[in-house]
Amino acid sequence: MFYRQAGVFHTDYASDSSLFPIRFERRVMLILLLLALAAPYLLDSLVLVSYVQPWLIWTSAVLGLNLILGWAGQFHFGYAAIMGIGAYASVHATRHGVPWELAVLLGGMAASVIGMVFAFAALRVKGLYLALSTLAMQFVMDWVISHVPAVSGGVSATLQAPPPSLLGLVITSEAGVYYIVLAWVVLVTLFMLNLRRSALGRAFIAVREKDFAAAVIGVQSFYYKLVAFAVSAFIGGISGAILVFCFYRAVTAEQFSIEVSIQLLAMTIIGGLGSIIGSFFGAAFILLLPGQINNLVTSLAQSMSLPLGPETLAHIPHVVYGAAIILVLLVEPMGLGKIYRNIRDYLMVWPYGYLRK
Amino acid sequence: MDLIYYLELAVNGAMGGLMYSLVAMGIVLIYKSSSVPNLAQGALTMVAAYMVLAFADALGIAPLVAMPLAAATMFLCGMLIEKVALRRLAGWPIVMVLMMTLGLDIFMRAVTLTFWGGSARTLDLGIPDTPLFIGPLLINRAYVVGAVVALVFFVIFRLFFRTRRGILLRAIADDYVASWSVGISVEHGVALSWALSAVTATAAGALWGSVQTVDQGLSLLLLKGLTVAVLGGLDSIGGAILAGLLLGILENIMAGYLDPLLGGGTRELVVALVLILTIMIRPFGLFGKHDIERI
Repeated sequence: MFYRQAGVFHTDYASDSSLFPIRFERRVMLILLLLALAAPYLLDSLVLVSYVQPWLIWTSAVLGLNLILGWAGQFHFGYAAIMGIGAYASVHATRHGVPWELAVLLGGMAASVIGMVFAFAALRVKGLYLALSTLAMQFVMDWVISHVPAVSGGVSATLQAPPPSLLGLVITSEAGVYYIVLAWVVLVTLFMLNLRRSALGRAFIAVREKDFAAAVIGVQSFYYKLVAFAVSAFIGGISGAILVFCFYRAVTAEQFSIEVSIQLLAMTIIGGLGSIIGSFFGAAFILLLPGQINNLVTSLAQSMSLPLGPETLAHIPHVVYGAAIILVLLVEPMGLGKIYRNIRDYLMVWPYGYLRK
Repeated sequence: MDLIYYLELAVNGAMGGLMYSLVAMGIVLIYKSSSVPNLAQGALTMVAAYMVLAFADALGIAPLVAMPLAAATMFLCGMLIEKVALRRLAGWPIVMVLMMTLGLDIFMRAVTLTFWGGSARTLDLGIPDTPLFIGPLLINRAYVVGAVVALVFFVIFRLFFRTRRGILLRAIADDYVASWSVGISVEHGVALSWALSAVTATAAGALWGSVQTVDQGLSLLLLKGLTVAVLGGLDSIGGAILAGLLLGILENIMAGYLDPLLGGGTRELVVALVLILTIMIRPFGLFGKHDIERI
């Protein structure tokens, strides 16, 4: 097909280690980027604001979680708390008159600093016990956020987030807000893509595969675990801030509860550990599928005049959400990214399947 | 006066803690046989409570009589979950297994609520509401029954692990590759442990359902069960009992002391802090095996 490696000859290291070594993919990426840039003019504003925008924001958070879970191999069951810290810190900063760009950066840094606390658990235990301790930390953070009035503004209070502004210019148009989101997700994606070919990324992978083996070959696993937690918390913090400024427009403690942590984990694992395109798929799958199936069920029930109570209908998205997690794990535990890879590998040599590596 | 208040909190806490042990024992049983930390135990407890109510409603019998029927159904459910969902993931990294149990948790909770609705329902096991007076102490009768049931389950499991089938389970827990090679069916053993854990969940669900109400809140027992299981050592049933006692007393006294100061909601905080401290200081718990990889 088009997906050919035939005729692609790398004559220098630079082209061999380029982000998209296959010409077809490079073109597809370019077209996708152009489409993404044109999206505000192509899509209905409802679709843009309520589907595309949250999808992109969640994807950037999932990429951050993938950095720690898929690349550095450290469990993080409290990622929503990290996003919440970023969100609260930046909202408080803007309310105290800090310019928006700086406030978002501050949010990222605050998340990064507190994210290091999670790393101290990682320095002592790993595997299941790390998962459980980060889960417990999520509960503690939830409690702190909702019970300390200086953070949340009082029990079950809602803090309004001002609209984003760049260089003092307040951005109110839908397209403008969308471009902020798009810029952030493209930035994170580029960072993650480049991680693959940088020393930092290779060190993360070494730590993931076996931390003491990494230490034997001179990769300080302590240091890289700390860095992984800090970097992923930075991405998570900024994503949380952008989520609040560009999508929710207000911040409450429930937006970053334990369920959200589990949802992020589901997106990451369904998407595929360590897979960048998988993060996009996973976020879309978990975010959009339950709602779509619910619409389908509702319309089916109406057309066949089945009496489904509102309570039943309210829980169907959750049933679909749980079932989707179970099914994907049963069919392909490496997630949607792996399914995409399989198709790509198949097309790459089609119709000469025996050439597959 | 103050002392008696705290003593009362401690005694009631101890009883409630033993009821957490019921949830924890379910987690321990599964962890022992297959090293799967079952994050769906809370949802199993909730499903079981609804199952008791469903049988009681459908057959028009008292919930107490419906419990054995629900337990039998849950036994099959446990086996089914293991066979359909967990067996295929054997050998995959633990993160996928954890995600699978989380997926099961979401799925079971949602299916239960789809069928039976989310409104809270009462489950009456025929335990009188009047408190028990022991000297100056007021003790909740439901907690006493719960504590006794937890201890009975503990004794049953101790005895069960001496029977032939129990010894097979212990062998699997010890080294499943070795058990495989001497002809023990590891699959059946693991399925049995899931089934037993689901039966334990039935007892926990019915008892907690009678103390609180039967609603989604029952699945929140997961955090407490998990903390008790980790504190006692993830592979020790006796540890779960002792840790349940400790956590129950600590939680109740701390909540009684801190709630007026911090404005409520300290129970979850205390439990989460105990979980963190246990993992930081003694990850293998009170009685667990010391083979957790430390860095």
